[in-house]
Amino acid sequence: MLRWILGGREAQGSVEKSPVLCIGEEQPKNCFTELQVLKGHFDIVRFLVQIDDFRCASAGDDGLVLVWNIETGERLQELRGHSQQITAITTFTCSNEVTSHTSLITASSDRSLSLWDPDTGNRVQTISDLQSSVKCLLVLERLGVCVSGGEELCVWNKDFQLQCHRQNHSDTGITALIELPKNCIAAAMDKEIVIFRLTVSTDSSVSVAEIRCLSDHHDQIRALINVNDRLFASGSDAGELILWDSIDWNNLSYEHILWEESQSSSQTEIRLGAPKPSEMSIQHLTTNGKLILAAVGSGLYVYDVATKTVVAYRKAAHDSNVLHTLLLSDCELMSCSEDGSVRMWEIQDLPLPAEPASAGFFGMWTFSRSNKQSAPQSKKVMEIPAMRTLELTGDLIGHSGAVQMFISFRENGLVTCSTDHLLILWKNGERQSHLRSLALFHKLEENGGL
Amino acid sequence: MIGSPDVVAFTKEDEYGQTKPDPWALPEEFSVPLHPLADSNPWAKTSYAKFTKDFILISEFSEQVGPQPLLTIPDDPKVCGTFDLNYFSLRIMSVDYQASFVGHPPGSGYPRLSFVEDSRVVLGDSKEGAFAYVHHLTLYDLEARGFVRPFCMAYVAADEKKIMLQFQELSLRFSQASECLKAGNRRAFAKELQRKLQDLEYTHSVLQREEGLQREAGPQCMYSAHAVEKANELANVEKSIYEHRDLLKQISSYHRRPRRDPHAVTCQKCMTECLKECEELLDKYAKLASPFSYSKKGAVGEGRLGQLDDVRGEEEVDEEEDEDVKRRPSYTPQLIKAKSAKCFDKRLKTLQELCDETFYEATVGLLKDTERSFRGDLCYLHTRRLDKALRRKQRVVNFLFEEELDDDEEEVGTLRPFCAVNHTIDNYVHLNPPHIVLGPEPLELDPLEPLGPQGPASEASVVQESELRLGESHLESSPSDQTLETQESSEETKGSFSSDKSGTDQAEKHESLASMKSEGPDPDSDLTPDPDHNTDLERQSSSEEMETTAGEDEGDQTPVSLLEMVSELEVSREDEGETVNESDLLVPIDTACCIAQEGFLYEATAPDAVPYLRQGSHPQNSQTHVVNQEPQALLPLQDDYTVGSSCSESPAAGLELPVGLLGEIVSRTSVEDGSDCTMSASTGSDRAASPLGYGGVVTLRQRKKAGQGALRFVRQYPFAMQALWCLLSGRTLVVLGVDEGRVRRLVAALALFVPDPGKCGERVQAWLSCPFTLTDLQRWKLIGLQRVASPVGSSMLYSLSRYSRYISILDADLKTLRCPPYRGHLLANVADHRTYIRRGSTYFLHLQSTLCDLAAKAFLFTFTHHLHLPVTSTEGSEVVEGRRRCFLQEQLGLDEEDSQILLYLSQLITQRFLQPANSSTAAAPCFSFSYTTSVLYKI
Repeated sequence: MLRWILGGREAQGSVEKSPVLCIGEEQPKNCFTELQVLKGHFDIVRFLVQIDDFRCASAGDDGLVLVWNIETGERLQELRGHSQQITAITTFTCSNEVTSHTSLITASSDRSLSLWDPDTGNRVQTISDLQSSVKCLLVLERLGVCVSGGEELCVWNKDFQLQCHRQNHSDTGITALIELPKNCIAAAMDKEIVIFRLTVSTDSSVSVAEIRCLSDHHDQIRALINVNDRLFASGSDAGELILWDSIDWNNLSYEHILWEESQSSSQTEIRLGAPKPSEMSIQHLTTNGKLILAAVGSGLYVYDVATKTVVAYRKAAHDSNVLHTLLLSDCELMSCSEDGSVRMWEIQDLPLPAEPASAGFFGMWTFSRSNKQSAPQSKKVMEIPAMRTLELTGDLIGHSGAVQMFISFRENGLVTCSTDHLLILWKNGERQSHLRSLALFHKLEENGGL
Repeated sequence: MIGSPDVVAFTKEDEYGQTKPDPWALPEEFSVPLHPLADSNPWAKTSYAKFTKDFILISEFSEQVGPQPLLTIPDDPKVCGTFDLNYFSLRIMSVDYQASFVGHPPGSGYPRLSFVEDSRVVLGDSKEGAFAYVHHLTLYDLEARGFVRPFCMAYVAADEKKIMLQFQELSLRFSQASECLKAGNRRAFAKELQRKLQDLEYTHSVLQREEGLQREAGPQCMYSAHAVEKANELANVEKSIYEHRDLLKQISSYHRRPRRDPHAVTCQKCMTECLKECEELLDKYAKLASPFSYSKKGAVGEGRLGQLDDVRGEEEVDEEEDEDVKRRPSYTPQLIKAKSAKCFDKRLKTLQELCDETFYEATVGLLKDTERSFRGDLCYLHTRRLDKALRRKQRVVNFLFEEELDDDEEEVGTLRPFCAVNHTIDNYVHLNPPHIVLGPEPLELDPLEPLGPQGPASEASVVQESELRLGESHLESSPSDQTLETQESSEETKGSFSSDKSGTDQAEKHESLASMKSEGPDPDSDLTPDPDHNTDLERQSSSEEMETTAGEDEGDQTPVSLLEMVSELEVSREDEGETVNESDLLVPIDTACCIAQEGFLYEATAPDAVPYLRQGSHPQNSQTHVVNQEPQALLPLQDDYTVGSSCSESPAAGLELPVGLLGEIVSRTSVEDGSDCTMSASTGSDRAASPLGYGGVVTLRQRKKAGQGALRFVRQYPFAMQALWCLLSGRTLVVLGVDEGRVRRLVAALALFVPDPGKCGERVQAWLSCPFTLTDLQRWKLIGLQRVASPVGSSMLYSLSRYSRYISILDADLKTLRCPPYRGHLLANVADHRTYIRRGSTYFLHLQSTLCDLAAKAFLFTFTHHLHLPVTSTEGSEVVEGRRRCFLQEQLGLDEEDSQILLYLSQLITQRFLQPANSSTAAAPCFSFSYTTSVLYKI
């Protein structure tokens, strides 16, 4: 299709049918009409954490942690210290009666662990010479301890003193950690989930004991989340989604997400080196307690916990692997992908007649007439009558590389981070212009005129 | 031959003051006269002027050869054409308007320096068709008659009215130049005095020693003729020392005198500096006062004034030591002969020598600026000033479409001292002019230096050292040594000023001969001492002559009366100056921003053009009426509009305005435009087609040239309106094409429509041949993109399609435009492809007015409170939204798409307005867009 721009002949014939939905340029439901590009990183930005209502921290392969004010787009702090890429980052909130103070804990491939004060940019504590690099971090605020997982499991107290430490027998090490009731934690290790129990003795020292090993998965576990007080879920490379009971660790439900056999691949003529997505791997899981959203390959899969059924899904939600997802509400969700876009979806009740939302990408070129007929009919009307559809309501295109992660600040905006070393702050243009007007008249009043 | 020039009165004409204007009437300058005046061949008036352009002439009344032109600005013989500079300078210098008051005043014993204010007159030579604003000034020269050298600077134009109406500003500019020259001159004069005093003291000591020897030799020869002569000589030298010291005192008191001249504002810092130097000198020589014993002086000098030691030059050891320390040559005082050469065998100092080189250069620079800023005919100047005044009032929105107001052209009417050494920016050490070399001087110059007596010299930085050396060398080449030969050669060079040599040389020779005859004794008798000879030359008290002449009392009479006259004139002018200033105060910048207020147009004035408007109007009313009155005072301009005394521009150009004005000032656009080295690889050859690029200021001339391109674009492409809409509503437009020249031309033309293009067109990228990213889209609003059929091209096109929602694509090869549909009417006015406008500059002006109108609307929209915020707390956002829509649609008559333009402009204004508060932070700029579909337009 791009041959047209090249001044070549029209190229309708070569355009393949794409199962990927294109929303086109008219997106009335997309409120992100303003963006700010935040520069500062020198390498892939992989992690974003929210510090409070207006601050977030980003971390990536350059070992930098940057603290941003998302209202103004300013860079507030630059936390330097790690010599290698950052592998995990989390916030650690110490709250006493009156104040609560949030610190940042980062782990890096340089086998160190650091505690930062995001207000001052100081490195409060640092532990180097760990035996292995930490792959995941979990803060148990109730106990005031922090658990780091890698090839070994370590428990640290508030002052970053090692409380106890446990060597693992698995080669892959711990890839994910979640907190369970009764001072238990679940750690994902390769194909198994191991339950540990933390015991706090009277002298406030902590000990860890392995109490259970769940090995129902047939492939490596990629995602592990808490659904609600009673449930947690895990997803594997093979597309297995298992719901577990949080208390007695029973397997409550086993779903094997298998897309029907894949259609002709959605290769356009020019692809930016996106590898063929691993079709079934569960990349990411999110939940709001009622629904679980699973990113399976390049598709999205919404699972209702209560009815234990699939509510909606879209197999080709993105051009390539979905990396991060978010459930904004019961019917709104977002996903980002290696294809560099963030998409916003809506779970709609009534499957509308299969009318393409717009002429889409091709509509802009005049020769698209012939394409209109072949526009993707990607929606499959499901056999299950209760099935709802996942409708694309908008997409955010800005990054030139894979969008690694995003966090939403609700009406304040959305921050995305990407392999192209950039962060983009997406905002509601109308709201921003209103805020600017406020500021303008405030300043006018302050200055007493122009 | 020396006729009195016809002095054109520059006082007010009566009818200006009387009219009491109707405040609601359209300002005169905006109305178009219905029919031209009867007698008008517009060019008949100036056709007989022998020069092609206005120019500035600096002349001197040389005591040796009479009036002579020194310099023209611009320094181009073509400018003056066949105009006889010699004759003209003779005319403008023939009357001493300054009435220099020199020589001994009745009461005092010493020669006095004349402190005369500059005088300003308008002179005309109707036969030559030349009119001139003439600014007379005097500079001090120790070797000159009465210590003064009269000079004048003249702005010569063919249009009398132009000079009359620009009088105030001309006066201002020339006053600055004059002050600058005088500041430099005072330094040089003090330096000269210093050297002279050193000479005298040295002479004195030598004479004393001789006398002492004689005395020792025996009483018998005590009263010999030789001894008497020696004693007389000694007495003369002593007297001379007193005289010079007095001169020094006088010159240092110069600054304390109140200035009558309202325009004479000097740089305070320069003045205090100079004052300090003078006082130091004074101190120094006062200390050496009574007994002129040389050893004492040496002791004092050694003790305090380290540098003066080697100046003494007597104690060999000392000198050698000092030489070691300072490693720089020193001034060796010379023995002054009792009778020195007469004025004709010495070379007079040039203007450069009279003023410090730095100050001279600065003055010439200032005059060049002046010349440049007065280029063009009155109508043009007036329009420009009007335009500037308007823009000054719209500071909030100027950034959108107007080129940068150059701030060095400060508010007209304010007096800002011009400082040759740039004291305002306090870049003190580097811009220091070569200083007068005084002993402890460097101490004050550089606070970082240690305060020890030997310290300053030894530790002086390289820069300073070289400066000092420069100063020394200045000292050493004393012009007084030079004799008639050089004078002759300088006369020859002077002759080259007149282009018509064959005709004028003769006259000049004759003239100079005449002046010689009238003024002095014949050259042969110069060297013979003849103390009584020059009594008839009443004002001559040149420094060489130790004896002063008597009988000047009667000579002073005329100057005094003249002085009174001049001072009267000055007082009246002072009044005018005050009223002008007052009116300026009444038009504060702040109100300017209230565009919505009635009469913001009316306030547009060129206050300096109307210096004599308000004489005779009631002073108590003046406060309220000034604003509305001023345009009325521009009434005479109307005549010029129709008569069109275009003296400098080619008449055939018609409405084509002289475009060279700004263009030449800021023609520093690099040829390497657009090659933002990493981003763009330029391949084409005709890059000159596009003026846009990094590092270059986009000048008015370029913009006007772009106007032609824009007009062509509008006429050529039926979808031009859509393209313009994209640019104006903030959607980045990508011009895609194979041919670099064509793309660059298109971009240059379209750049006119980019709101807030930045001072150097930062928001425009003329030629890009690599894929762009979102950051680029955020940075650039107009991009010229190379279409290449290669892997690079494909990835570039990938980015094109990827970001297609943020951009519009104008394909220069296929002549298509892909952008959101536009159905508005707002731009039909400027993008009518059947427009009758044929000229690029006309279109440019048309465009400017439209854009200015848009900017004003955007301003109104931005700063109207209730359109953005709820009036009461109960109001919801949708009420405000409705109100805003109502305002845009019904009051401004804009439909959806047109409103987007206004919203975008308003957003820019808001951001700009809020910027200063958080400009220090590193917040990234916002990039707004909207999600709309695009359509493809074809020709």
